[in-house]
Amino acid sequence: MTATTLPLTRPRLNRTTLLTTGLALALLVAALLAAGVGAYRIPLDDLLASVTHRLGLGGHALDRVPESVLWNVRFPRVVLALLVGGSLGCAGALMQGIFGNPLAEPGVIGVSSGGAVGAVACIVLGLDSFGSWTVTVFAFATGLLTVFAVYAMSRSGGRTEVVTLVLTGVAVNAFCGALIGIFLFTADSAAINQVTFWQLGSLSQATWGKVLAILPFALLGLAVAPFHARKLDLLALGERPAGHLGVDVERLRLVLITVVALLTAAAVSVSGIIGFVGLVVPHLLRMLAGPGHRFLLPGSALAGALVLVLGDLAARTLAQPAELPLGVLTALIGSPFFFWLLRRTRTKQGGWA
Amino acid sequence: MKRRRQVPGRPLPGTDLLTAAGLRLVVDGRELLGGVDLVVRAGEVLALLGPNGAGKSTLLSVLAGDVPPTSGTVTLNGRPLDGYRPAELALHRALLPQAAALSFPFPAGEVVRMGRAPWAGTAAEAEDDAAVAAALSATESAAFVDRPFTALSGGERARVALARVLAQRTALLLLDEPTAALDLRHQELVLRVARDRAQAGDAVVVVLHDLSLAAAYADRVVLLAGGRAVADGPVAEVLEAALLTEVYAHPVEVFPHPVTGTPLVLPTR
Repeated sequence: MTATTLPLTRPRLNRTTLLTTGLALALLVAALLAAGVGAYRIPLDDLLASVTHRLGLGGHALDRVPESVLWNVRFPRVVLALLVGGSLGCAGALMQGIFGNPLAEPGVIGVSSGGAVGAVACIVLGLDSFGSWTVTVFAFATGLLTVFAVYAMSRSGGRTEVVTLVLTGVAVNAFCGALIGIFLFTADSAAINQVTFWQLGSLSQATWGKVLAILPFALLGLAVAPFHARKLDLLALGERPAGHLGVDVERLRLVLITVVALLTAAAVSVSGIIGFVGLVVPHLLRMLAGPGHRFLLPGSALAGALVLVLGDLAARTLAQPAELPLGVLTALIGSPFFFWLLRRTRTKQGGWA
Repeated sequence: MKRRRQVPGRPLPGTDLLTAAGLRLVVDGRELLGGVDLVVRAGEVLALLGPNGAGKSTLLSVLAGDVPPTSGTVTLNGRPLDGYRPAELALHRALLPQAAALSFPFPAGEVVRMGRAPWAGTAAEAEDDAAVAAALSATESAAFVDRPFTALSGGERARVALARVLAQRTALLLLDEPTAALDLRHQELVLRVARDRAQAGDAVVVVLHDLSLAAAYADRVVLLAGGRAVADGPVAEVLEAALLTEVYAHPVEVFPHPVTGTPLVLPTR
């Protein structure tokens, strides 16, 4: 037996560092661009001056109007796009890892449709128990509740089968769709209008308050996820083999589904339904850097953030002065792109499995 | 968060590593195992034989701790199996499943390295590279470390999956039909590896369908039928024409190899 030394992970490591640096830089550039471009243009040197001024590093404050546009409109919106995109991207990568299935996305276990039920209910019924926060709070609560209902219903004898979980999700999604239908049936046209726009997904209502509301969930989720990267790699072998390698599969799944639910419910509650980010972003990164979750989880968060910052920039500038719904835009660009990814993967490696 | 785990010592050859007593398993009113007693000793290859549906794989998953028996006990190193936490159990036993699947296209080398995961954070972590390299070379799969596992042929996958299990370096190896997808040369290779591991002091339990292969490599044979162990002993005692004919419900001939004298088992045609 000759013990050859194997260059097992070395080349990938460089590639992932390179990609991470590239994504982080692109994100920074995109964020600055998005903060400056719009109906009211703010040149880059003004923007930097204002930022450094607020950080106490010199620079100077801008005039009243640009200063206010920048700090009360643009920055909260860019930061919210960043957090929502990061949450959706990371949640997507987690879901695909948990289910060992590249088709999984958070919507499968009912977060989005559950959140929609809460949002629609309070729009249509005119609830305002939490003031302007009512829709957000309801969407978050019902999103979480739906996930745990799906999870609880698909468990039997202390185990959860993936197929059962997905099928339960399908049934619950249909049920949520019906509930939304009933609410719409009883609603007046103004409420229907509002519901429609909420479901299309948008960041136009961004405020620092919303940023602060989603921040703890996004940070918690993004911080917890990477610690489970290695176990998700092992789960790719299947549940039993992962168990034989010491992974407590049931516990892992419970922890990570909770993380996914928190990330997605928080994102949905502030932005409405924004599809395809969680599905496409992890796919793209897996093609570029391999399926290892150590890179895939943080990488998907970075890339998801980048996609949403750029997407939101496009949504509010492409059809000026009107604003395109962000969810429509991501799905419009995301789905053909996804087709292309599928075809490419099929020709390259003969399908997914 | 994670408790620091101790690297278990190697068992002395000949000691009882795993003991199963009165294993019964009833699922949905069907008795899959009907009172199996079994001892697995360090330093020997134990072959589990029997017709389809005899309960070989079921027994293996009970021995591995996947499925708790309805009644009866399994003890590993003198401790009941259900007293081990998953992470600890992974330092003591490895299992090669019948079919090797992978959800994402990890490179084959990465898959073998997954076998080292249980040792992360223990003193044995230092052996990782050596264990992976040795496992790859023992299974002759070093040539495709960089290819995606999902792009390998069935036989190549089977060898990589075996390499992963070998890299885990546990004292108890449970192999569920490791030769099913392999050609003649690699079947022999796999059983030679199993025998080498046993000679190095590990205990190997292997489910096989090829009775002649079992006769050539196993130290001891357990013959299962209908969820019960109908025979347990050295190859020469268990692989006996009348018994096999009855268990397999097909006439079977057993005769010694003209040169080596190893029993050859063939169905009467």
